Amino acid sequence: MARRRVSSFNIASLALGLAFLYLPIVILVIYSFNASRLVTVWGGWSLRWYAELFNDDAMIEAAWMSLRVAGASATIATVLGTLAAVALSRGERFRGRTLFSGMLYAPLVMPEVITGLSLLLLFVALNAERGFWTVTIAHTTLTMCFVAVVVQSRLASLDRSLEEAAMDLGCDPARAFLAVTLPLIAPAIAAGWMLAFTISLDDLVIASFTTGPGSATLPIRIYSEVRLGVKPEINAISTLIVGFIAVIIVVASLASKLSSAQGENAAPL
Amino acid sequence: MGLAGKMAEESSRIDAGAGPGPRQAAPADGDVPLLRIDKVAKKFGTFRAVDGVSLDIAAGEFFALLGPSGCGKTTLLRMLAGFETPDEGRILLGGRDIAQVLPHERPINMMFQNYALFPHLSVRDNIAFGLKRAGMARGEIAARVAEMVALVKLDGLEKRKPDQLSGGQKQRVALARSLARRPQVLLLDEPLAALDKKLRESTQGELMELQRRLGMTFIVVTHDQEEAMTMASRIGVMDSGRLEQVATPHELYEAPNSRWIAGFVGDVNLFDGEITSRDNHRLTIATRDAGTLVVAEPRNPVTKPNVSVAIRPEKVKLSLRGPATDAINGSSINRLDGVVAEVCYLGGSTNYKLKLDSGSHLRSSIANTARIDIDAYGVNQHVVAWFAPDDCLVLEQ
Amino acid sequence: MSARRIFARPARLAAIAPYLWLLLFFLVPFGFVLKISLSQTAIAQPPYTPLFDLGGGWTEIRSAFAALSLDNFKLLVSDDLYVLSYVRSLYVAVASTFMLLLIGYPIAYGMARLPRRWQAVAMVLVIVPFWTSFLIRIYAWINILQHDGLLNQILLALRLVPSPVVWLSTDSAMYLGIVYSYLPFMILPLYATLARMEPAIEEAAADLGAAPWQVFWLVTFPLSLPGVAAGALLCFIPIIGEFVIPDLLAGSNALMIGQTLWLEFFTNKDWPVASATAIVLLIVLLVPLLLYERLQRRQLEEAR
Repeated sequence: MARRRVSSFNIASLALGLAFLYLPIVILVIYSFNASRLVTVWGGWSLRWYAELFNDDAMIEAAWMSLRVAGASATIATVLGTLAAVALSRGERFRGRTLFSGMLYAPLVMPEVITGLSLLLLFVALNAERGFWTVTIAHTTLTMCFVAVVVQSRLASLDRSLEEAAMDLGCDPARAFLAVTLPLIAPAIAAGWMLAFTISLDDLVIASFTTGPGSATLPIRIYSEVRLGVKPEINAISTLIVGFIAVIIVVASLASKLSSAQGENAAPL
Repeated sequence: MGLAGKMAEESSRIDAGAGPGPRQAAPADGDVPLLRIDKVAKKFGTFRAVDGVSLDIAAGEFFALLGPSGCGKTTLLRMLAGFETPDEGRILLGGRDIAQVLPHERPINMMFQNYALFPHLSVRDNIAFGLKRAGMARGEIAARVAEMVALVKLDGLEKRKPDQLSGGQKQRVALARSLARRPQVLLLDEPLAALDKKLRESTQGELMELQRRLGMTFIVVTHDQEEAMTMASRIGVMDSGRLEQVATPHELYEAPNSRWIAGFVGDVNLFDGEITSRDNHRLTIATRDAGTLVVAEPRNPVTKPNVSVAIRPEKVKLSLRGPATDAINGSSINRLDGVVAEVCYLGGSTNYKLKLDSGSHLRSSIANTARIDIDAYGVNQHVVAWFAPDDCLVLEQ
Repeated sequence: MSARRIFARPARLAAIAPYLWLLLFFLVPFGFVLKISLSQTAIAQPPYTPLFDLGGGWTEIRSAFAALSLDNFKLLVSDDLYVLSYVRSLYVAVASTFMLLLIGYPIAYGMARLPRRWQAVAMVLVIVPFWTSFLIRIYAWINILQHDGLLNQILLALRLVPSPVVWLSTDSAMYLGIVYSYLPFMILPLYATLARMEPAIEEAAADLGAAPWQVFWLVTFPLSLPGVAAGALLCFIPIIGEFVIPDLLAGSNALMIGQTLWLEFFTNKDWPVASATAIVLLIVLLVPLLLYERLQRRQLEEAR
């Protein structure tokens, strides 16, 4: 096989690019252990701000709300997104397919202000009480397309003759899907769930529109603090979130390693 | 009869160990063939992938569908498996039309070209997959899997996943998996295409041996004529969706029914000409490029005057001065003068390309029967090529 | 009928639930946006007059249609605030997409040149920030860019500037934030096309006498254009409607359209004008959205 030469320009641009991506987060993490109240003055290592964080009931409540919303919406979105991916990649042509795929993929790039506003207007029109469920529904709508993309690309790369072999060996289409297709796309479905979870955990704009009074999510809480300026507690909570997401990514990459050990390409993302 | 019943019947037949040999002739008239393909056609859009194919296959046959890529052989195979439904015609299995039966309800199994092994299942579970679907009892499944593992010599690999197997081992798992249900017909889609040459040759022998032992009906699709001729008892040659000829390997090579088949199966020299006289079972043909040739009259009488004379290269002999006169019985041997234009040494034989006086070429293949070859000819050497009338074929243009 | 069709029938049934969900929670809401963009502002809860009440009967509906007004749209066109923020959004999106391309391409190219094993590592390293909270990443920059932040401390220590520079609340900070946040969106599609490219193609070009820069310009870059288009659209579209980054990093003298919409909605409580703003934004985005949708579908078709 031909080997490409890696030039020093290639290495330099890659190293600089990665440094650019990571340095700010590393600095943030370091500052979260700063003992000084003045964010910019180094006052030695301390866990002081983490301790204060745990006394901040509003912050903890917001974090709990965010985790619940993320868990519920990621689960619903995974079910719906997987169904949508199956319909699109195995359903061939059907009536309304173009509208369906258009609606499915539009939220991927739709400005969040529009999605948020439109959903809020719907909830107001339906006279729905805004809070946990409205945010969950909004996040499900936002994240199911990410799940669908991940699952659909896995389905597209799956060898169709595997399903034919299952049918040849006595499975009806539904059995063939459950016995062969589903186990093979399971890592992609898991990756889709985790992606949906982190996107929901991260969202500020749509949650701001669709939540009600007294049920702020973590990003809403952080945002209102950040607008007032840099605070050491925010460094601490940010570090916790980054750490939490890092754990999720490790689990995700382990899952995809597990799937690549099964001889198939790892799920994307 | 349910699937389980069929399998029981099959297994009792297999256990009895009696099966017809592989070199079995075409089904006799009046017999109900195991599989009858009746005027089957399949269109993809406006493209006629399979165009009115009729074919009978008897129980216990090893049948090969041979043809260049895109000739429709795979589509025909997929219709037998149930992955495509014919637009026209019937597919009768034991007298029952199965053209509309779904794949999972057919007593036919297929070995896929890329094997299509389930990557998430072990060798054992791959083989057991179809048995579980058939609702076999646990113990029975275990016994059958063990039997299959032994049959294809995979002992000790039962717990491996497909990606921990070599190409040859994967091929065996695929074979065992498709055989496990004891199908009435086993379809093999380019079963050896993914193997390297040496492995392919030994696997050919194993497949034949297996088919003979099980007495099962095998239908193999291949683009490799050597593979088809080695393994199959009968070969159906397809081109552009049509079945051009169905014959034993010997017939196909020595009595092709068209110029296309003659050129597709093996190498051939073709000379176009016109029949000028016929007497005593000999035709005299005036060719454009090779002068007047005398050939044996074919069994099926030639109706048109414009014909082609076909002669296989290995039947063209060479010498410096022509055949010794006592080697000829009669005066009708064909003799052509030429100059050696190309020499291609292949080990077991040497291929020569002669330039005839007319400017056209004649190919000759000479077996290298002695280690030190005194009969080797060089480029630009004048030689005489000769061949007997009985070795020539007359084909309509 | 073919094997695909045997499978297709039950597969289509899977569409029902997500289809209904999207109709109810994606398509129908746009109807409400349209409806409210055509109604009058009111100081009430909710802060607009209902367009019509179906209980009111025929006359009610007729009078409602008579009351349909394009006033909100007229306001958008006549008031500089809105026009300027649309123009600014487009300008910012074009400029930052261009910057992203300039910065992202060498990184993606470097990734694609790595040995296979390292490519996977680099890929994970680029994806990780994509999973990390958007808000936190912007906040990290506020930490660095603020008046007595790390950047100014370093600049002062190196005596490069006499006094702290104002970084926050400037356009530079906003562009920095946008490039930082959207970089993975640009790198990943670029990398995907570059990594798929046969090394032999570049070697063939070199073999036929092309200098390295010609190999890149005449072969590599043209072949990577689908990735460039995907990356550019994937960044351009959401940047137009971006709210968080300009709100936290840019000054308040000029607003992007996402900020204007937010302001109308949350601060001015003018839902009809906010809805009209959203409708116009949607129209602006229609062309790039359709382009993106086509690209997406073609890629999935190719993957088959």
